Amino acid sequence: MKNKNVLILGALSDIAKSIAQKYGENGYNLHLAARKIDDLELHSTDLKIRYNVNVHIYEFDLLKTETHKDFIKNLKEIPSILICAIGLLGQQKDGENDLELRTKVIRTNYEGPLNIISDFANIYENQGYGTIVGISSVAGDRGKASNYIYGSAKAGFTVFLSGLRNRLAKKNVHVLTVLPGTVYTKMTLGMKLPKLLTSSPDKVANDIYDAVNKKKDIIYTMKIWRLIMFIIRCIPERIFKNKSF
Amino acid sequence: MKENLNQSNISGWGGYPIKKANVIYPENIKQILVEVKKRNLIARGNGRAYGDSSINENKTINMKYFNHIISFDDSFGILVVESGVLLEDIIKTFLPRGWFPYVTPGSKFVTVGGLIAADVHGKNHHKEGSFGNFIEWFEIINSKGEIIKCSKTENTELFKWTIGGMGLTGIIIKAAIKLRPIQTSWIKQKTLVAKNIDQTFEIFENNMNATYSVAWINSTKTKDNIGQSLIMLGEHASIEDLDKKNIKNHLEIKSKKNKIIPFYFPDWFLNKNLIKLFNSIYYFFGKNTSKEKLVYWDDYFYPLDKILEWNKIYGRKGFVQYQCVFPLKKSKDGIIELLMEIDNSSVSSFLSVLKRFGDQESNFSFPMKGYTIALDFPVSKETFDLLEKLDDITLKYEGRFYLAKDARMKKEIFKKSDKRIQEFINYRNQNNFDEDFQSSQSSRLEL
Ligand SMILES: Cc1cc2nc3c(=O)[nH]c(=O)nc-3n(C[C@H](O)[C@H](O)[C@H](O)COP(=O)(O)OP(=O)(O)OC[C@H]3O[C@@H](n4cnc5c(N)ncnc54)[C@H](O)[C@@H]3O)c2cc1C
Ligand SMILES: NC(=O)c1ccc[n+]([C@@H]2O[C@H](COP(=O)([O-])OP(=O)(O)OC[C@H]3O[C@@H](n4cnc5c(N)ncnc54)[C@H](OP(=O)(O)O)[C@@H]3O)[C@@H](O)[C@H]2O)c1
Repeated sequence: MKNKNVLILGALSDIAKSIAQKYGENGYNLHLAARKIDDLELHSTDLKIRYNVNVHIYEFDLLKTETHKDFIKNLKEIPSILICAIGLLGQQKDGENDLELRTKVIRTNYEGPLNIISDFANIYENQGYGTIVGISSVAGDRGKASNYIYGSAKAGFTVFLSGLRNRLAKKNVHVLTVLPGTVYTKMTLGMKLPKLLTSSPDKVANDIYDAVNKKKDIIYTMKIWRLIMFIIRCIPERIFKNKSF
Repeated sequence: MKENLNQSNISGWGGYPIKKANVIYPENIKQILVEVKKRNLIARGNGRAYGDSSINENKTINMKYFNHIISFDDSFGILVVESGVLLEDIIKTFLPRGWFPYVTPGSKFVTVGGLIAADVHGKNHHKEGSFGNFIEWFEIINSKGEIIKCSKTENTELFKWTIGGMGLTGIIIKAAIKLRPIQTSWIKQKTLVAKNIDQTFEIFENNMNATYSVAWINSTKTKDNIGQSLIMLGEHASIEDLDKKNIKNHLEIKSKKNKIIPFYFPDWFLNKNLIKLFNSIYYFFGKNTSKEKLVYWDDYFYPLDKILEWNKIYGRKGFVQYQCVFPLKKSKDGIIELLMEIDNSSVSSFLSVLKRFGDQESNFSFPMKGYTIALDFPVSKETFDLLEKLDDITLKYEGRFYLAKDARMKKEIFKKSDKRIQEFINYRNQNNFDEDFQSSQSSRLEL
């Protein structure tokens, strides 16, 4: 039978923290994975007190792929919902000249999530149920000068999720692609963001929670970003290339 | 790693003054320790102080990520939290289990760090004192990067100067506070009508055993009716007090949608006539509604919180609060003179609130036995002129000023108001705190 359990990768991201609160509030047991185990400890105590749910924590580095087998083996149980919130924006300008940085951005946003989600996809497929949530980005909908390294990796991730959905739709495994616009988090700290179009982590978490329950395929959060990205994608390349974004 | 540094324009809740500051969002103690050693900074909670108390242009340490609940002992009601935890979160978590803060300000969007640093008072000061009375201990980081645990028995000097010390003695990291056991989430409210200042004072003095009391003053009245008010008394309701409908979920938190003010109102909007009109209508309805009723905790303690960003109704220039307290014997005369001075001016206070304080022993906290009045005014040249006159009246009646509400006072005035200020300066000086922890406000007032 399905259990009320959720696993969150990148659990110390601002969006992930809001997601954990939302699921905790609704009585889910939480499995949280992140690199900074000390901070995670504090976070888990807090969630236990607030919501009276079980919280399990795991040290997890997405890029240390050799550890992933053990990570999965050590899970207290296999939660029926997996949410990957990990991401790395990186400074675009630095990335243009720095092989190491741009590789890290690509691996963190694309290769890493693809690998770990693939392992869970197989487990879910075998057991005949499960939900996979990938947080990608509107930046993957069209490349622009200011963040195309990150954007192209997110584009790859989005395509991966849609392919996976196509594979697992018949297997009772739900795949949800989340495309946030801009969100006030650590990632965007110090950047000038359009106030009316920028969401809070709590709002994103609410949208994800609803979309999981309603078995949605792809959501934009905020919704208006679907329209914005539609328009941006319609601009012919010969005009687009001369604009600055 | 990218430093979590953010140059941005920040202000207190009044939206005045606005300063460009470097804001840092440390995620753990290690990151604070690095910053503290560089000196010249101030801690910031949720920015609900009205003026410039939690702004330092050189470095403002936003405690947003220190928002973890650490433990709760439900036999004694002792809660340990990090200093950035909001009162709202404490209530959300513990009210359904039968606990409520002992002392709360008029907004739940404040942090525990801010509650300690301003030694906040509620509507029950006359009976139970300020927030400081319910602190078991706290941990604070000083400029040497030491984490010091303070309580009534441990590092007592630092303990006493930090409560009410407006962040000027270090950065509070975590604290243990005592919560109040309650039976229900409802308040039994009784509204009394006072025709003038004499009646207002009489009602307060006759109800010293009420847990909560507060008066809303009708600022449209002058002469014989000056100080006309509605006085709201409150008690935590017991189960027996509730009607059948509410008994089932007596500790429930209702999920309600807050309204939000989406844009700044034009600066002329809250003018003297409109304020008078609002006040008359409020008084009229208040005086004619039922005298006793059960009020939901959120509506009783935090009516203003229901409208998010309500400060925008004052327009982009913002507004200032003015709050002072007079010694008991001089309170009535002082307050009459303040109200008359306001009436003579071209500006009005939208909300005028009067409370009775009880005894208070503390090194630097605002409250003292007597009456406190809080007023708010839109920012304008006329307002600033008026406030200088109000300052003189406050001094004349030996009153003091609340730093959590101040945005503009002159240092000479402030220093004259209270002989404890020099002791505070000396203490800071001896410990080199004056170079380490500074806010725009403390620089302005030369603390
Ligand atoms: C609608 C409204 C109603 C209010 N009603 C009342 C009332 O009834 N009674 C009352 O007493 N006050 C009242 N206040 C004022 C408010 O309670 C105080 O200003 C409180 O300090 C705000 O907390 P904050 O977390 O927003 O702190 P901030 O405004 O960010 O900071 C306030 C002060 O606390 C210091 N501080 C904050 N965090 C720390 C920390 N971790 N370590 C050290 N210092 C720290 C700051 O340096 C600053 O000096 C009200 C405010 C509003 C907006
Ligand atoms: N904020 C926005 O505007 C926005 C817009 C669109 C999409 N998104 C996406 O939303 C998701 C959440 O981001 P956020 O905004 O909440 O930002 P965030 O707070 O910076 O979260 C990113 C998280 O990824 C973690 N991480 C990075 N590399 C890792 C690795 N190798 N192994 C494990 N964890 C790693 C980080 O962990 P550490 O804490 O250990 O550093 C951090 O907690 C990301 O996928 C992001 O791309 C955000």
